Amino acid sequence: MTYQSPFGLLLAIGLVFGGLLAAPAVAQNGPLRIELTEGVIEPLPFAVPDLVAENGAAGEFAKTIARVIASDLAGTGLFREIPASAHIGRVDSFDAPVAYADWKAINAQALVTGAVSASGDRIVVKFRLFDVFSGQQMGEGLQFAGTTQSWRRMAHKVADAVYSRITGEGGYFDSRVVFVSESGPKNERAKRLAVMDYDGENVQYLTDSRSIVLAPRFSPTGDRILYTSYQSGFPKIYLMDVASVQARALEDQPGTMTFAPRFAPDGRTVVFSLEQGGNSDLYTVDTATGASGRLTNAPSIETAPDYSPDGSQIVFESDRSGTQQIYVMSAGGGEPRRISNGPGRYSTPVWSPRGDYIAFTKQHQGRFHIGVMRVDGSEERLLTASFLDEGPTWSPNGRVIMFTRETAGAAGQSSLYSVDITGRNLRPVGSNGAASDPSWSPLLP
Amino acid sequence: MSYVTKAMLLIAVLGLAACNNPDRFGAGGAGGAGAGAGGIDSTGLGGPNDPTSVAYFQQTLGDRVFFAVDQSTLSDEARATLTGQAQWLQTNSDYALIVEGHADEQGTRQYNLALGARRASAAQNFLVSQGVAASRIRTVSYGKERPVEVCSTEDCYSRNRRAVTVLSMGAGS
Repeated sequence: MTYQSPFGLLLAIGLVFGGLLAAPAVAQNGPLRIELTEGVIEPLPFAVPDLVAENGAAGEFAKTIARVIASDLAGTGLFREIPASAHIGRVDSFDAPVAYADWKAINAQALVTGAVSASGDRIVVKFRLFDVFSGQQMGEGLQFAGTTQSWRRMAHKVADAVYSRITGEGGYFDSRVVFVSESGPKNERAKRLAVMDYDGENVQYLTDSRSIVLAPRFSPTGDRILYTSYQSGFPKIYLMDVASVQARALEDQPGTMTFAPRFAPDGRTVVFSLEQGGNSDLYTVDTATGASGRLTNAPSIETAPDYSPDGSQIVFESDRSGTQQIYVMSAGGGEPRRISNGPGRYSTPVWSPRGDYIAFTKQHQGRFHIGVMRVDGSEERLLTASFLDEGPTWSPNGRVIMFTRETAGAAGQSSLYSVDITGRNLRPVGSNGAASDPSWSPLLP
Repeated sequence: MSYVTKAMLLIAVLGLAACNNPDRFGAGGAGGAGAGAGGIDSTGLGGPNDPTSVAYFQQTLGDRVFFAVDQSTLSDEARATLTGQAQWLQTNSDYALIVEGHADEQGTRQYNLALGARRASAAQNFLVSQGVAASRIRTVSYGKERPVEVCSTEDCYSRNRRAVTVLSMGAGS
């Protein structure tokens, strides 16, 4: 048990009494806290009553914002909502004292209260978090102001704060996902770039379906997207500005194919695969100056590169050993060292934003898996298994992985799934239809 | 044989003959081409029995070769097919070609793009070694994006692991 939260000790006192009644979601004798490293068996029960509408115009948001907060928290698998139908207490005023007994009686360990006011196209959302069994407020109340169109984002920000205070780790709800939206038959699949909120809401399409597009990747600040498109008839990497939806080809050497791009943490350098004469190697290009460099020079396939969070190393896949395996090398090139060592084939490595794990796709005995391993290849853990799982991407806090799952056969389709790095909470992610190749943005500012 | 049966056979033969009539494919005729509306080139397919036709190239010679799992090595059968293609291309020198490399769905997307490029390149190199000018050939990899067979068994996979030689008019050189 660790006590990273400044109010942890206070909460510990409260839970000496409250913990006896509590479900074993939190340590019995500690503060209201979920230790993610230990894995959670029983989700922590919480209540989010409708927000208090502080004026008439805010009425429509009072319930919807509470619902999004609850959905974010419950969706992690770490929390369980106690529904409004079970509530005894009512919150009629944001500043009135909390009637803890009413929430204890229904075994809500965490209580989120909030208020919303609206004026014109602006809304203000306030919230407080309470540790019910200690009878304490947990952290300070916070207020978010924005446009009415951004009400979902404000709900996500509340949920991020709640998640962060209880787990001691960063949140991931106020984030977006860029992906490939798919339609049409399997032998003539139409593919379009699209972005959506992390929870599948607010889907927007960035390209039409005239050209195949593949594997989009967000920049570290989430304002640009790298992707591969066949719009010239040949696969090439493009760089799109999200706000203007304007794109330009990143590299244009005739007779070559460029693919598998990924931004460096500096947001300026891009590492990618370039194929010439049938052989694929890794290169970099500076998006500002166009200066390029070559990182590998081997007759094998080198692809799917990704940077370590500090930018000093690159993880990638290569079949130089005869099958696809994962290697790490210096960001400037040099001799790579192989880190994947189990049976089967390993591909599409992605470095956790926390720097602690590398997620990958594994093929073994006719099945596909998403897995994680330490950056030295140790502690390999497979999180999923199916006919075809591939292409993991990390949540901004490095706790959740989203990936593509495709079903078999003529009617087979791709869709997005997410799974906790403990292997729990495997769930489909909405995307308004078939989808593949997700890339998770950082937390939005 | 009854008259009815004979009559049906006759109709069938006429039908086949009609299929071989280059006029069925428009003004360009067998192997002909012209710029259509909007700058789209159309190429007459002709019939599989007309040795100068695109249909002959596609169906009689065979426009595609197949590969083993994860491999880009040309089998004896693939070499024979490509040798036939190369001979035809030397006679029919007006065509440019794009060799498309494809993979089955049992692989990750980027790897399959790279693998498709290897296969296209293997076919391209063989065609060049058989005398086809390198300047007439471009390659493109579709990875696993464009299967011709949609089932998820080896039967289909074996036909999806392919390199296809696609003809277009205007070799230029």
